[in-house]
Amino acid sequence: MIWKLLKQHISMSQLVGFFFANLCGMTIVLVGIQFYCDILPVFTQGDSFIKKDYLIISKKVSTLGSFIGRTSTFSQRDIDEISEQPFCKSVGCFIPAQFNVSAGLGIQNMRMSTDMFFESVPNKYVDVQSDKWTFEAETGVIPIIVPRNYLNLYNFGFAQSRKLPQLSEGVMGMINLDIRLTGNGQVKQMKGNIVGFSNRLNTILVPESFMNWANAALGSGKQSEPSRLIVEVANPTDDSIVKFVQEKGYETEGDQLDAGKTVWFLKIIVGVVLSVGLLICILSIYILVLSIYLLLQKNTTKLENLMLIGYSPSRIARPYQGLTIALNALIFCGGIGIVCAVRAAYMEVVENLFPQGIGSQGILPALLIGGVLFIAVCLLNIVIIRRKINFIWWERMKKR
Amino acid sequence: MNTIELQQTLPEVFAGRDGINSDVWHRQVNFQRGKSYLIEATSGTGKSSLCSYIYGYRNDYQGIICFDGNNIRNFSVEQWVDLRKTSLSMLFQELRLFPELTAWENVQLKNTLTKYAKRKQIEEWFSRLGIDDKMQQKIGKMSFGQQQRVAFIRALCQPFDFIFLDEPVSHLDDGNARAMANILQEEMRNREAGIVVTSIGKHFDLPYDNVLSL
Repeated sequence: MIWKLLKQHISMSQLVGFFFANLCGMTIVLVGIQFYCDILPVFTQGDSFIKKDYLIISKKVSTLGSFIGRTSTFSQRDIDEISEQPFCKSVGCFIPAQFNVSAGLGIQNMRMSTDMFFESVPNKYVDVQSDKWTFEAETGVIPIIVPRNYLNLYNFGFAQSRKLPQLSEGVMGMINLDIRLTGNGQVKQMKGNIVGFSNRLNTILVPESFMNWANAALGSGKQSEPSRLIVEVANPTDDSIVKFVQEKGYETEGDQLDAGKTVWFLKIIVGVVLSVGLLICILSIYILVLSIYLLLQKNTTKLENLMLIGYSPSRIARPYQGLTIALNALIFCGGIGIVCAVRAAYMEVVENLFPQGIGSQGILPALLIGGVLFIAVCLLNIVIIRRKINFIWWERMKKR
Repeated sequence: MNTIELQQTLPEVFAGRDGINSDVWHRQVNFQRGKSYLIEATSGTGKSSLCSYIYGYRNDYQGIICFDGNNIRNFSVEQWVDLRKTSLSMLFQELRLFPELTAWENVQLKNTLTKYAKRKQIEEWFSRLGIDDKMQQKIGKMSFGQQQRVAFIRALCQPFDFIFLDEPVSHLDDGNARAMANILQEEMRNREAGIVVTSIGKHFDLPYDNVLSL
């Protein structure tokens, strides 16, 4: 009954206008957020030894520096300084071997042997999960992680040109390397076993426990300074990292900063899109508020009379509040529907491009943000309507 | 609510006058529950203003109005809403019906809020006032006299301790006025309510306990 009375003067065109305007804004906001959340893992999820939130820092090797003999190693002061930076969670050192290494490999009747080197980092920075990644002095087997590039170099460069068989990672894992360690006047023959491949870490990695043992046995006994550091950072796209690295003249390895830049651009673009969407949302809400004001203004006499026969302002406000909540709910559902449709369209492409890198959270971000927007707009409308009706009550008092 | 008390009450617009000659304005007046009062007035003496002060939708007066000793100036919105649903009923001079609704809907609008009168009772009132054939007619298409009767029925559809009727019979013939008076008297007796009727000439036929001239 009260609705029959109050629905008069409702302007369908204004409500439809609000509906489409807000739907438009809401959709832009939700699609933007959803897209951001779907795409971001592609750039931030590491698929290599170094996770996205680890950076490898080294000092620049300059011609002049080499000439005057300036070291490119990090002193304890440098390390302390880095670990004090707000973006830094922890710092690990690459420990170089203080002995000579040569590795031999026999394939069919051919023997290859090469001089090489070992480095190690603390185990917590190693993300190749393998039970073989432990060293026991008794067995004499050294687990090794090599850059995947080495395998590619052999498979596609060396093996092909020499008509040698190509090797898979599995086969490589089965091959026993003969490792010869010399230093401090001693020689040790050991076996090496490749337990993993890394896409980005450009070093031949052995467990820290082996390195400590071997350095003690074969090394000079002096503590050597690391030339590379591995830094765990809270957020690799943090501006302050780039700034710090540039200020100190350090270099970071790999394309981490490129990904950081991509993420930064993604953020900027999504930010712009979100601002536009939000602006449209705000304008459309403004339309709705104006429309409701106009409606209440046109119905002022009716509202006054209803209050005079005993209807409370909150009771009178309820139909209008219900109307706006229903409208907003409709917009919310419409927005989510459009997000689902758009997402289905782009996810097909994204999944083909990045099979493993996509976030698995579904449309949760859109639902969450949409829900928050929905509740916020509803609350705003409820308060505005209530205040306007209370205003009519008090205006009534002052009249005449 | 048992008493409505007017202490030296005066509409602000009268404040500049040299002398006030009235039984109500600027005097001590008590309306008691269970009694009936007639306020006679000529046009422009503040009859409707009095009703609106007591009903809480205007406060441009001087002096004090108390319900059971409580100054109504301090009442909150909730208190007024509650009073209008349970203690005070008003038949407005300008009726304040909704022209786009039917007579029945207008009455129901109030009765759904208070859930006071039974459907049968309302139908009986309609029939006693001779408008039972107009129940489904839009208010906008009814004469003022018919509308007055609908507004009267609406005013009855709630519990009340006091009922104010602002010129209730200005557009009614004697027969309908008497029917209305009879219903009012019955309800007054049933509910032990106080009645305050205002009039600018045409009398509402009731045994008034007190007649005041405004």
